Amino acid sequence: MRRVDGMADIGVQDRTKEAFQKMAVGELPALYSLARRLIRDGAEDLVQETLIRAYRSFVALKEDEAGARWLKSILVNVFRDELRKRARSVEELPVEEVEDFSLYRTLVEVDPLPYSDTLHLDFLRAFGKDDIREVLMRLPMLYRAPLVLRYMDGFATKEIARMLDTPLGTILARLHRGRKRFEAEMWAYAEETGLLIWEADK
Amino acid sequence: MTGQQSSIPCSEAVRQLWNYLDGAISAADQERVEKHLSFCRTCCGELEFAKELRSFLASNEAEEIPPDVKAHLERFVREL
Repeated sequence: MRRVDGMADIGVQDRTKEAFQKMAVGELPALYSLARRLIRDGAEDLVQETLIRAYRSFVALKEDEAGARWLKSILVNVFRDELRKRARSVEELPVEEVEDFSLYRTLVEVDPLPYSDTLHLDFLRAFGKDDIREVLMRLPMLYRAPLVLRYMDGFATKEIARMLDTPLGTILARLHRGRKRFEAEMWAYAEETGLLIWEADK
Repeated sequence: MTGQQSSIPCSEAVRQLWNYLDGAISAADQERVEKHLSFCRTCCGELEFAKELRSFLASNEAEEIPPDVKAHLERFVREL
């Protein structure tokens, strides 16, 4: 209890500490998974920083059952702060860059799996977990975070706006660009890695 | 509202599809999207694919925590 800087005066009781440890240990897999989807490297550091912040404010957590989402929202806060540190190197992309791309139409036009009766579904099924992570990592962080939080972790857009401390309209715009960019990167990744050729030969 | 409906092009309908699926667009936009979908087969295909992609992302397997990382983090929690 005295080993983390700034903890000494917080006065977390042993019972509370025990409750925190129990909750935190149970949520480690989910926290790590979210961290891995948000950043390419340093997931463990992100989780550790989350645990430190969470422990400091654990006494304020009223409902134990809210713990899982509470911890995730702290992780997103830590991630957001990291994002801000790198703000100068992160730029919004002009929407035109991806606005016209449609993965649905591209698949219809190119027809990369000519023997498939369920082309679009089979295209998606060709992507394993590691492929999806690689595609996610190709997205700028600004777009990756809302996409992961909304569509993989199920947070509402208002909640994402609050966690990232960004206006709702901006989050909606980034979700739109992120989706388009994600579709474009899925297609590029499939072409580059020969994913579809391999699938077609199976 | 029906009288105020105006047609939208495919680009606009596609732009709205995911928000439409989320129920995150205004009633007027929803009507416009539905009107467009009522006659545009391509955008109906886009809608179906958007549903498939959403469901695919939602069901994407969680990133597994390696045992050594888990053990290290558990130790970290105990040290707090």
